[in-house]
Amino acid sequence: MFSTVFSLFMCFLQVGLFSIGGGYATIPLIRQIIIDNHGWLTLSEFTNMITISQMTPGPLAINLATFVGKKIGGIGGSIAATTGGVLFGIIISLLIYKCFNKFKESRVAAEVLKGLRSATSGLIASACVMVVVMAFFKSQTPSLANLDIFSVIIFAILLFCVQKFKLNMILAIFIAGIAGLFI
Amino acid sequence: MRVPKLFLFKTFFLISTFCFGGGYVIIPLIRRELVEKHHFLDECELMDLYAMAQSAPGAIAVNSSALIGYKLGGKSGALLCCLGTILPPFIAISVVAYFYTAVLHSVIVNKLLAGMAIGVAAVMISFMLDLIKIVWKEKCALLLSLIVVSFVAAEFFKINVALILIFSAIVAPIRLLWIKKEDTGDV
Repeated sequence: MFSTVFSLFMCFLQVGLFSIGGGYATIPLIRQIIIDNHGWLTLSEFTNMITISQMTPGPLAINLATFVGKKIGGIGGSIAATTGGVLFGIIISLLIYKCFNKFKESRVAAEVLKGLRSATSGLIASACVMVVVMAFFKSQTPSLANLDIFSVIIFAILLFCVQKFKLNMILAIFIAGIAGLFI
Repeated sequence: MRVPKLFLFKTFFLISTFCFGGGYVIIPLIRRELVEKHHFLDECELMDLYAMAQSAPGAIAVNSSALIGYKLGGKSGALLCCLGTILPPFIAISVVAYFYTAVLHSVIVNKLLAGMAIGVAAVMISFMLDLIKIVWKEKCALLLSLIVVSFVAAEFFKINVALILIFSAIVAPIRLLWIKKEDTGDV
């Protein structure tokens, strides 16, 4: 039992270290380690887990680590997998932070940071596209035929309220969920 | 600025609970709470922390929680913010794991989630509009075009995020060469 928990921790430590960009980039890596190398899960079990991980709140990589860990090693396994999955990210983030703090006065460091800020904005925009496609279209391949007009209307109303009246964002997501029950 | 530790944990826990649709969604929610409502951080500080979180491997939501927590409350702040972000999905998955086949096929759950996806889209686009306004103020063609280049590279060419970040980090400081040349030219 202990050896399973420990190897789960080591596996997700690897996943955490090599998944730059996060989210969907981690799926092939987890698949390779969990299914191909260890044979801990079948492919259909894993596919179900991805779907569930998308349905529950939080980052996909965390959900997947918790789920896979739980399935293979119980509660201990889920704690080990989740901790392993986030450890390197947190440590390296803090190192990067300290590094930039050290060179605070340097103009080059300030420019590097501005460049990274621009890149992050572009990446967030790319994430927006995916989120909007998922919300507006009934199928994976977007076309005018399967554009859901009610979704677009609810979207427009909520966007207006969030932008103009600073509507609480959590409340906006909650309202949209309730509206979804009636579509 | 020192911020009450319990407030940090509570805020991140609550935000993470409603962070459907992936890690990026946490960003506009944090911004609304910490920048617009409580002014614990300014816009630029927050964007810098995101940029650093994105540059490290792993989940951007957890990494940025660690950095924001560290900046506002030191080591214990970082730990509390990370716990706040990780616990809700951890609990949700631990519970759902027992009956996930039922959840997969539940019509109500699927409708609820489809609806929430619309709300998430509204939140993200609203954030995107604000972000564009912020960068516009910089009035720098190079930084603006880096946004477009990063977006196109990620969205249409599916180029690895690490490469996009490295490219931007190298290209941005080149601007200094021009500025320096102008400086010496004036003298």
